[in-house]
Amino acid sequence: MTASPLLATALVGVGGALGAVSRHAVGIRVEGRRSVLVVNALGSFALGAVSAAPIGSTAALLLGVGFCGAFTTFSSFAVGTVRAASETGVRAAATVAASNLAAALAAFLLGSLLVAESVG
Amino acid sequence: MERTPYGFLLVALGGFLGAVARHAVDVGVGRALAASAAGAGPAVLGDPLTGAGTLVTNVAGSFALGLLLTRASSDRLRLFVGTGALSSFTTYSTFVADAVAIGTPAGAWYVAVSYATGFAAAALGLAIGGRDRR
Repeated sequence: MTASPLLATALVGVGGALGAVSRHAVGIRVEGRRSVLVVNALGSFALGAVSAAPIGSTAALLLGVGFCGAFTTFSSFAVGTVRAASETGVRAAATVAASNLAAALAAFLLGSLLVAESVG
Repeated sequence: MERTPYGFLLVALGGFLGAVARHAVDVGVGRALAASAAGAGPAVLGDPLTGAGTLVTNVAGSFALGLLLTRASSDRLRLFVGTGALSSFTTYSTFVADAVAIGTPAGAWYVAVSYATGFAAAALGLAIGGRDRR
């Protein structure tokens, strides 16, 4: 089943609004750059699970493209890493860059493996 | 402002627009690349296109966020455009999923190019926005 362009827009938009609000809520509770690491790892885990789950394109647009896509962020990560480089040095920035990648990659693979296992 | 219901509403509206715009760019870039590669036949169309749209939105969004954070004077603007729209326009989860889908070794190059261009774009946005400012 393929969603019409209008339905796809609505699904991605609503998922995106929920994802952005959830990210904002995490940002209020977790201080500084760590909040970006937290949302990127959690959101990648969720996207791994969503992409391995036997769901239709409707749910994939809402949860995957919309929610997980918006909950995680590259722009805040990039600006935060560049600022870390100028404020605390290149080594600190490299740590931020590497830890985001390692955590998100591991989380994505874990999420997809867990769901693939349980779906069988 | 950022903890108020109005602040959350601004983030939600921005998030709606940012996610929709990201999806539109993704579909648009995919179509453009598919059209330019049409001669190659449908069997090879899948792989070289993976991640192209995400790369475009991540680099453009990083530049715009650098610019916004150095220029925007109001909390409303930061919440609506920054936390809401630009942060949702860009994505880390799809970036990682695309890198995995591309596989090794090309996926590692995709990560390296995304990081290099994304950081350069953010630095450029911060530099342009910070010019003539404190």
